Amino acid sequence: MKKLTTVGKISVIVVILFLVSLWLYPMWRIDLKAPQYPGGLSMYIWINDIKGDVDVVNGLNHYIGMKTIHKSDFKEFVYLPLTMMIYMGLGLIVLLMNRKIGYYIWSGIYIIIALFSFYDFYKWEYDYGHNLDPHAPIQVPGMAYQPPLIGYKKMLNFEVLSQPHVAGWFYICAGAILVGVSFFEWKKRTSK
Amino acid sequence: MNRLSLILCTIGIITAAQSCKMKNTESVVGGDAAAKVYVAPGKYDEFYNFVSGGFSGQVSVYGLPSGRLLRVIPVFSVNPENGYGYSEETKAMLNTTNGQIPWDDQHHLELSQTNGEQDGRWLFANANNTPRVARIDLTTFKTAEIIQIPNSAGNHSSPFITENTEYVVAGTRFSVPLGDADVPISSFKQNFHSTASFISVDKTSGHMNVAFQIVLPGMNLDLSHAGKGPSHDWFFFSSYNTEQAYTLLEVNASQKDKDYVVAVNWKKAEEYAKAGKGRKVPAEYAHNTYDEDKQTATSVIEKDVLLLDPKDCPGMVYMIPCPKSPHGCDIDPSGEYIVGSGKLAALIPVFSFKKLMAAIDGKKFEGDFYGIPVVKYEEALHGEVKKPGLGPLHTEFDGKGNAYTSMFLSSEVVKWRLSDLQVLDRVPTFYSVGHLMIPGGDTRKPAGKYLVAYNKITKDRYLPTGPELAQSAQLYDISGDKMQLILDYPTIGEPHYAQSCPAALIKDKQVKFFDLNKNHHEYVAMGEKKTKVVRLGNRVDVYMTAIRSHLTPDNIEGIYVGDEVYFHVTNLEQDWDIPHGFAIKNNPGAELLVMPGETATLKFNPQHQGIYPYYCTDFCSALHQEMSGYMRVSPKGSNVPLKFGTGIIDSAKTASK
Repeated sequence: MKKLTTVGKISVIVVILFLVSLWLYPMWRIDLKAPQYPGGLSMYIWINDIKGDVDVVNGLNHYIGMKTIHKSDFKEFVYLPLTMMIYMGLGLIVLLMNRKIGYYIWSGIYIIIALFSFYDFYKWEYDYGHNLDPHAPIQVPGMAYQPPLIGYKKMLNFEVLSQPHVAGWFYICAGAILVGVSFFEWKKRTSK
Repeated sequence: MNRLSLILCTIGIITAAQSCKMKNTESVVGGDAAAKVYVAPGKYDEFYNFVSGGFSGQVSVYGLPSGRLLRVIPVFSVNPENGYGYSEETKAMLNTTNGQIPWDDQHHLELSQTNGEQDGRWLFANANNTPRVARIDLTTFKTAEIIQIPNSAGNHSSPFITENTEYVVAGTRFSVPLGDADVPISSFKQNFHSTASFISVDKTSGHMNVAFQIVLPGMNLDLSHAGKGPSHDWFFFSSYNTEQAYTLLEVNASQKDKDYVVAVNWKKAEEYAKAGKGRKVPAEYAHNTYDEDKQTATSVIEKDVLLLDPKDCPGMVYMIPCPKSPHGCDIDPSGEYIVGSGKLAALIPVFSFKKLMAAIDGKKFEGDFYGIPVVKYEEALHGEVKKPGLGPLHTEFDGKGNAYTSMFLSSEVVKWRLSDLQVLDRVPTFYSVGHLMIPGGDTRKPAGKYLVAYNKITKDRYLPTGPELAQSAQLYDISGDKMQLILDYPTIGEPHYAQSCPAALIKDKQVKFFDLNKNHHEYVAMGEKKTKVVRLGNRVDVYMTAIRSHLTPDNIEGIYVGDEVYFHVTNLEQDWDIPHGFAIKNNPGAELLVMPGETATLKFNPQHQGIYPYYCTDFCSALHQEMSGYMRVSPKGSNVPLKFGTGIIDSAKTASK
């Protein structure tokens, strides 16, 4: 079995350190702006919480019949931290095994977690934006209020901008490192 | 030749007539005035300007240099607009020993200071008619405390403060007998007194207490200011009517050539008070405090006060002769110069603190006034500003060695130099300026950029509005050598003294809403699930909540004619600028404006049966018009059960229709 290069070994540590940021910074931010909110409203999605002007946004939701957001409604806030901790633990095993194959598998799991997370986030946004109270006071035919996964969208009087926050960028960088280093390891497989 | 001289004469006469013409606004306002006062939409003013409301009893807040009215703070007058003085929580704020008084005459303001500089914590306001002093919290712009002053009347020389806000003073303008003695008015000389009250202010909480009152002879204390720096320990009061007239004062109180500036060593007074030199006497006065935690005001009647008699306290009070019924009594930023403005004099005497101290040490007295030593005029005098104008009233300072005095009769502001007392500039005011104000102009650190003149006569300044007109303020740019009139703006009530501070000092510490979790109001409803209606005899308490866009409960039945219904409305919002209003049809009281996180109570005592709609009066959201409810008032003795809720549809009754 082929052993990891030095670059590969270092990258495992870097990726784990990058993932620590998930507990230090929010992953995602959703900024809302409307004429009535000149300073804007911001919601910050953490690995285990949703913070920011959530209460204010909840106060507005009932006009259009959107559900209110509550931390306890997200099972993700329990599973995601657990998943990532296990994932970081697996990284240490990969480092100790010192085998290229371990690294490939570890990177593969990362891609699966990432894709699933985005899918889950999108699904929540879809449900949040489409599943409206039929008795809502304000009903605009054909209008849904699904926030963008990433990027800008105008919804009634609100402009919405959704983008990664610090931990989100670290998460993306970690993914890029894993994919890049996997290719690097693959190329170097014959040299040793 | 004759013809030529005739022409020349004519030209001469016309020219002379032109130069005699009085200055009008066009000749005073410069070309760039508009740019100097323009604050673009969305931009903030540079200064907060707190202006006394005079007979409105309130305090108004303007922005400078735009002159835009930002807010009116209810202080001494009821304010049906937001329920101040009407809500159960605020009724006690206006309590006095004579019950609730809905009005007063608010003259002077002072911002709290630390080391002689504004610290942006509190604003103090006086009530002239029923002697009181109020403290306003500058994080909420709410009146936090009002204390009544015993043994006084015409609380005019108030609420001036010492350099670290150790004391707020209150001085008597209308001398009265101590207590409530029933004496002939003609016994003024024997029985009437003025008092200088020193109200201590707690360093952290701001709580006020009447620490001691200095009992002075019967005369009219007019205005005052504390010393600064070297004169820190002293307080100076101007006085008039040392003639001790009690009738036709305009003649009888203007007879003497000189009245006095009363110099009080408050540090010494404090020591005497501590040393037990005072006399504690019974005195009833109301002390009203607004408790932020319970969101409710309470009124306590205090029982006694400590009097200090100058006879028992040598070295505590001195008199400085000051020409012709002095009005303003202003101390320059260095604390060295004491400017007394004799309102009927044709000069401004400026006293030197150093010389005053030397005169006291050297016992250079010309006699005494009821046992209080009178310092020789010349011994305390720094000099006189000669021919400054007519009717000097008040003086403020720019921190660059200059003083600015308002001239009531000649209707102008005169700029003069403190060191050599030379007049440097004069500008007209429109018309008859009373007080004037420079931001920080009575502190150690004035911001000598603007000056505002608060005029007593408005006449033709604005579009006419019948016989009753708004009052007029005028803004001058004083950053250059020459003063320049740049703005005219109307004000509410009658402005007297004002205060102004840089916006940065208080702008960022404004409370945006009250934290609902810290609401410890006795009748709070912490959420819609906690709403209820409770009957106890004929008292009914409605624990109501307001949130966009409904009131809970919005249907109430089982109320009877003659009940005392208390609506305790809690605004559940936790966001800035989402107040809810609350009003009930035919309620002879006022309405409520409830800030986010706050609870306020409106009492209603229905006298007639029927359906009473109630609703939110503050346009709060797109569904504001829907934010309403119904109360059913049934005849006394009927058996309609108590019922309440929101969103409950009685299908049986609805269907039967």
